[in-house]
Amino acid sequence: MISPDSIGRTFPGTESITISQSEIDAFCAVVGETNTTIAPPTFSIRISLQQSEVILTSPEVGIKWDRLVHGDQKFDIKRPLKAGDVVTCSSTIESAREVAGNEIISVRSDISTADELLVSSWSTLVIRA
Amino acid sequence: MVNAGDPRMIKDQVLAEQVFYVNRALLKQYADASGDQNPIHQDEAFAKSVGLPDVIAHGMLTMALVGKYVSDIAGGSAKVLEFGGRFTKPVIVPAGQEVDLTVSATVTEVADGKATLSLSATSAGVKVLGMAKAVIEL
Repeated sequence: MISPDSIGRTFPGTESITISQSEIDAFCAVVGETNTTIAPPTFSIRISLQQSEVILTSPEVGIKWDRLVHGDQKFDIKRPLKAGDVVTCSSTIESAREVAGNEIISVRSDISTADELLVSSWSTLVIRA
Repeated sequence: MVNAGDPRMIKDQVLAEQVFYVNRALLKQYADASGDQNPIHQDEAFAKSVGLPDVIAHGMLTMALVGKYVSDIAGGSAKVLEFGGRFTKPVIVPAGQEVDLTVSATVTEVADGKATLSLSATSAGVKVLGMAKAVIEL
């Protein structure tokens, strides 16, 4: 069960991440994108899900990641990520509810440089009973 | 038909369908590119042990491919402002097969230099994304 105290809270990113050209290249190669100067629209999931896992599985929040199913996903891209960007990714637990024993959690991830929000994304995560 | 990226994009316009092909090698490639190494996307015995019919594609791989479709329509990734959808059914990827991911879109709104697209994504005739939508800059 998610800790009720964590609902509505924003957890700062735990590390500073430098986007590399090679990780953009690898992502572009999967989808056949030839313009590798910027990251494709869904690239940031690579950062946001990893950060969400660290935060949501912390004892403070208490989510079990191995029971997790991804329900939906949305991106709001202010400016595409590119190689050399140094970013952090915060996670906000916007809501949590229980349906038929499953926990349904909505998490917003904000990826920012020191002075600019680049991508916000919303993930609905279902933790199966 | 109005071409992709054409500023004349109009409401209710149906955009050309594109078919992507997904196989086990692409799942491995996406696992490495995304960092999502969940065995349900690579290991058939494991996938079946948790009640799945077979190995399934990462939902986010499906979205990445639909995102490529949107980028192409927009005239580049830089013009994709919003993109989202719900994972309704998995894309099932049996060994040795190439399964389709068939994507199409309808323009639902054109305003303020932006177009909103309603996206359809199916695999083997089954709808795999629900309420999928993108906003692009014209």
